[in-house]
Amino acid sequence: MTGQIPSGDAMPTVNYAYLDEQTKRMIRRALLKAVAVPGYQVPFGSREMPLARGWGTGGIQVTASIIGPDDKLKVIDQGSDDTTNAVSIRRFFARVANVETTEATGEATIIQTRHRVPEHPLTAGQILVYQVPQPEPLRKLEPSELETRKMHAWAEYGLMHVRLYEDIARFGHVATTYSYPVLVNGRHVMSPSPIPKFDNPKMGQSPALQLFGAGREKRIYAIPPWTEVKSLDFEDRPFEVQRWDEPCALCGAADSYLDEVIIDDAGGHMFVCSDSHYCEERRKAGHAGAMLATSTGGKLAASNGGDR
Amino acid sequence: MTGVATMPADTGSLLEARLVSRRYGHHIGCEDVSFTLWPGEVLGIVGESGSGKSTLLRCLAGLDRPTAGTVAFRTGDCMTDIFAIPEQERRALMRTAWGIVHQNPRDGLRMSVSAGGNVAERLVDGGERHYGRIRAAASEWLTRVEIDRARMDEPPSRFSGGMQQRLQIARVLVSGPRLVFMDEPTGGLDVSVQARLLDLLRALVRDLGLAAVIVTHDLAVARLLTDRLIVMKSGRVVETGLTDQVLDDPQHAYTQLLTSAVLAA
Repeated sequence: MTGQIPSGDAMPTVNYAYLDEQTKRMIRRALLKAVAVPGYQVPFGSREMPLARGWGTGGIQVTASIIGPDDKLKVIDQGSDDTTNAVSIRRFFARVANVETTEATGEATIIQTRHRVPEHPLTAGQILVYQVPQPEPLRKLEPSELETRKMHAWAEYGLMHVRLYEDIARFGHVATTYSYPVLVNGRHVMSPSPIPKFDNPKMGQSPALQLFGAGREKRIYAIPPWTEVKSLDFEDRPFEVQRWDEPCALCGAADSYLDEVIIDDAGGHMFVCSDSHYCEERRKAGHAGAMLATSTGGKLAASNGGDR
Repeated sequence: MTGVATMPADTGSLLEARLVSRRYGHHIGCEDVSFTLWPGEVLGIVGESGSGKSTLLRCLAGLDRPTAGTVAFRTGDCMTDIFAIPEQERRALMRTAWGIVHQNPRDGLRMSVSAGGNVAERLVDGGERHYGRIRAAASEWLTRVEIDRARMDEPPSRFSGGMQQRLQIARVLVSGPRLVFMDEPTGGLDVSVQARLLDLLRALVRDLGLAAVIVTHDLAVARLLTDRLIVMKSGRVVETGLTDQVLDDPQHAYTQLLTSAVLAA
């Protein structure tokens, strides 16, 4: 501490990937424990990051502790590569970790995601990092942390089915559409983060490593590759994912998760892929949805993703 | 604490309390309470406010650990000291072998979960994963405690006090416990609702062959429901005996005071 103000050519630099090495070691230890006990929430010392908690600080800290100069990073926010959060986080790591970034799911080695699993199947060697706002799946039903820890420790998960029962009794079906609780490796009930339940089946037996970071709640958990992930259900009411009556209006995909977009003030709407990269790839490959040919569709196609 | 979780029992008793004491610092909650409860028997604990009735009940039901003494419950052929076994096993027993009807329904119910869901909880805790069967059982039990099936999907916060109390009873009984603890089950209810609840309780206890421990300050309730009475004062048991005997021929000065203090209607 000399108190000197650094001159222009000796600008202060941050450590590689922003976090100091001790913090990275601490987070890596937590990650190892999380991988060893799939679905178990490991407490960690969450650090102050240069963005507000709730904007993905957990995911960023996990990414920062596993990233290296050889990695290729993709960041998505609700499936899109182009939203503010995704662009900022991507730029942050390009700057502090000097990594190449990409929008192509297949090329990325690390994919940090908020609320989606990419449509493009993941491969061995890839790591999916989830940003998690509330890691405790039982929290809405049981406010006490002491009590939820006991429930996890002794696998007392009856309460989760009370939640499902309530849904069916009130709405006739399980109305939970996101953050749908899963049982990992036959042992721990886990929150999949607020991904749509459409993505739940992609978590099971995935060749990729899945890591979850909750910065505000200071928890890390993980699903190792090839782990069983079962969405909770009743014997006579099996788990189901969302369906849409029409395919993507831009690329015609009938197998992807669709967002409803309002296009005028007369009740007009369209369904488009939430995964912007997947949609683009399909259009490049020659697939065309119903609205791509029309002029409005063309304009929308050009701005797809940016308007959400 | 003896450290021995189980001991052979040839007497056939269901619950055995031995010198149960609970102190809050220097203050005495209850002290040296011993009794034996037999299957199908209804035991009443009476006494004035602050005499340690609820403290004793919480110890018996596994909610609070006694400062000294043991509480043993029959599991199979053995009596199990419920505070010598791991908490996990004790919680399992609390969910299946016995149930607690709290004085305040808010302590025993999930107010944000529908009436049906409240009853369903004990079933899913027990491993039931079939929605149709859960729904049917919940519906049947709500009918048995005289709650209209049309109100099955309403949260208990919209129910009257009497209905909430009956819902608590359904929630506890659905899993088929052998023993029910009730803390002032008629507290805060008006006389006509009390009478119906007491009728219901008496019928359920008789039909199911349940054993029950009922804490009450109301001697009329005690006379109507219980076979045997324990009279408590300042945390200690001052008199025990058959209900009729204790109420009609009280021996201890305090019991005499208690029985003579009842207003004739």
